[in-house]
Amino acid sequence: MIWDSWTDFIGMGGYALYVWGSFAVAVLAVGGEQGALALRRRAALRAAGARP
Amino acid sequence: MLSIGTPITTGGQPQPRVARWLRFASPQAFLPLADRLIPWLHAIALVLAAAGLYIGLFAAPTDHQQGDSYRIIFVHVPAAWLSMVIYMAMAFWAGVGLVLNTRLSAMMASALAPTGALFTFLALWTGALWGKPTWGAWWVWDARLTSELILLFLYIGFMALQAAISDPRRADRAGAVLALVGVVNVPIIYFSVQWWNTLHQGSSVSLRSAPTMAALMLQGMLIMALALWAYAGAAVLQRLRAIVLERERHTEWIQRYITERK
Repeated sequence: MIWDSWTDFIGMGGYALYVWGSFAVAVLAVGGEQGALALRRRAALRAAGARP
Repeated sequence: MLSIGTPITTGGQPQPRVARWLRFASPQAFLPLADRLIPWLHAIALVLAAAGLYIGLFAAPTDHQQGDSYRIIFVHVPAAWLSMVIYMAMAFWAGVGLVLNTRLSAMMASALAPTGALFTFLALWTGALWGKPTWGAWWVWDARLTSELILLFLYIGFMALQAAISDPRRADRAGAVLALVGVVNVPIIYFSVQWWNTLHQGSSVSLRSAPTMAALMLQGMLIMALALWAYAGAAVLQRLRAIVLERERHTEWIQRYITERK
């Protein structure tokens, strides 16, 4: 653990916007893809005649 | 040399080990395999991402030149690697589909494209957020950045082309030609930092020399790369599974698959 406190960690040595901006968008992208894939699977199963 | 009458394929039963793998080239055998693999790949991705993020955000020391802004590397480099690897895989499967006319290969190419585009976007986005504090600019028209942007356009072009053609088999072939032509861009991205004088730094990790970064930083980056590989594998299989369901929904075996599904 290299940080003194949580505030220190969140602050990222003054680069919070850049670091968290990168990680947050990566998480959003992966989450969005998973959401889209779940919807697509459900639609595909229904189109193939599966009961919901 | 082949004499006339020599069978090129064995015709009857191929060798058992080959047969076991060739089986999965059919959508029918693929679907249950994908169902089994997807949860494992997600689990591996989660465990590795937790480890990689712990190393990257809590254990790895602050860089003496770039401060903590360098921590963007833990998502930037893995995303950039994957953007190129996925393109190569997409072109490979598209090419296999074009030459051998195998349905599942072409579907695999279509399944790879959106995830590849996503990682290309992430590489560009995190690159912009890293460029601002280190270079003072969100974007520069340098060879590395420009060729990566072209990669994003290639993915989008591939998806748009396939979406515009209603006959799936024709869409597969048209997309394959585009994917194969675009392959030339991948070595351009990779070697751009050597061929041209770019603002983008050279590779920190290469096959030829020892890595030029601290061990803990390198470990975190490699673990994150493996995590994203596993995630990409899961996402691509999930999409391929949906494409198979969409395209083969009128077949008897899909009906059987759906009713037998728990």
